[in-house]
Amino acid sequence: MSAMIELIDVSRRFVTPAGTTLTALRDFTLTVGRGEFVAIVGPTGCGKSTTLNLITGIAKADDGTVHVMGKVVDGIDPRIGFVFQSDALFPWHSVLRNVAAGPLYRGVAKKEAYDRARAWVVRVGLAGFEHHYPHQLSGGMRKRVALAQTFINNPEILLMDEPFSALDVQTRVVMQDELLSIWSQSNAAVVFVTHDIDEAIGLADRVCVLTAGPGTVKSVYDIPLPRPRHIAEIRYDPQFISISKRIWEDLREEVQMSYSPKELVVA
Amino acid sequence: MKDGRSRKTLVLSLRVGIFVVFLGAWEAAARLHVIDSFFFAMPSTIAQQLWTWITEGTSQGPLLGEIAVTLEETVLGFLIGALLGVVCGIVLGRDKLLSDVFSVYIKVANSIPRIVLGSIFVIALGLGMQSKVALAVVMVFFVVFANAFQGVREADRALIANARILGASPLQVTTTVIIPAATSWILASLHVSFGFALVGAVVGEFLGARHGLGLLIATEQGLFSPAGVFAAMIVLAVVALAADGILSWAESHLLKWRPPSFSDVGA
Repeated sequence: MSAMIELIDVSRRFVTPAGTTLTALRDFTLTVGRGEFVAIVGPTGCGKSTTLNLITGIAKADDGTVHVMGKVVDGIDPRIGFVFQSDALFPWHSVLRNVAAGPLYRGVAKKEAYDRARAWVVRVGLAGFEHHYPHQLSGGMRKRVALAQTFINNPEILLMDEPFSALDVQTRVVMQDELLSIWSQSNAAVVFVTHDIDEAIGLADRVCVLTAGPGTVKSVYDIPLPRPRHIAEIRYDPQFISISKRIWEDLREEVQMSYSPKELVVA
Repeated sequence: MKDGRSRKTLVLSLRVGIFVVFLGAWEAAARLHVIDSFFFAMPSTIAQQLWTWITEGTSQGPLLGEIAVTLEETVLGFLIGALLGVVCGIVLGRDKLLSDVFSVYIKVANSIPRIVLGSIFVIALGLGMQSKVALAVVMVFFVVFANAFQGVREADRALIANARILGASPLQVTTTVIIPAATSWILASLHVSFGFALVGAVVGEFLGARHGLGLLIATEQGLFSPAGVFAAMIVLAVVALAADGILSWAESHLLKWRPPSFSDVGA
């Protein structure tokens, strides 16, 4: 079995402050193979981020099983990397120290950690910014630091939670290309959560559309577009456009539904 | 730039002007018997008193010696109180059970007007330095504790999750994320609490002591010498301002990573 991630009939419920139970995810099934790039799209509040938290082990499934590399998830697996939506860089550390954080936490010798960090800073195009603090960088540059910080640990599984949603459109396209180029040199399985359909199609091998909360898989699309891809051009591909239309049709119903009152199950 | 400079000059000259007018009015009112100089003294007699203390020493010994006593009690109380506050704040902030258990006691202890503890300390610890240090510790502890606790609680969730996924152990999360994140909160509280430590030391001396500025004030009060009280107040103000300057300097060095705030530019 070469599945890197397996979520089988997973449900996850939250207790709201009012004492009611909110089902975020219901009977959710997803399998991600080695080196595969899967995108998850869905309306707001449909439990997209919850799926990622289940894989890292930050959240526990109430029903169903979550397997990572053939094992039941038990705590944070060191082979997992995570890129956050918000800025999760350490504001009190320089760019270089931020990138070196992973190896330093994992007990790599200081010199080696910094050497590797230096190489990664260059690789994401930030040579000359090693000693800047995060607040001195633009949003796109900070995302580059976040990518280097994650990839330096050689993750076998890469989880991304709307990582580029805060960037302007041009910067976003540049960062998507950057991500594809770094990822193509790794063998990481990626789960990429986004609400941007075009971003999902442009990046992924497979797009998984979720229903409005409680989230469950509505439909799955294979994206047969050849690699290497160039995000700025691929969006004019007729195949791209037809997939985009179909996904949007699926999603429109769900978005409309998510504006109606959510299903609440009383505890 | 020219505008900025002339504004600065204007502000400075207005400040000096107000000072001169205030002291002049006070002196004139006292000399013309509009106010009774027996109760309210006059700037000239206060200056004279200060000069006498500086050149001939106070009734309790040389002025610098008295300052040193008060300062020693203040600094000791400040250091012990701040250290205890930081440690307790971080430990309770990190441990849900401990904070749930102790929050009640801390609320109760915090609601007592802490100055009254001074009487207990003088009875229990005597007229020496310990009772003043103890009062200063109590004054400082709660302020620093509350801020350290809040700082830990306000630490960015995403940053903590990022550190954990990058490979940080719980201890590493505390030392590399929680403590730096709480530092600006703690430093802000140190600013305020040095003043509290000074209050604790002076009030402690007031209640019973052999040396110190608080005793000096109490003695001058007993002699019906308002000039002496005012002179001691000026000495205290100078000490407090000098300490504040040192703390500001330390703060700006420790928080180099922080973006300059807009208010800094204007001042």
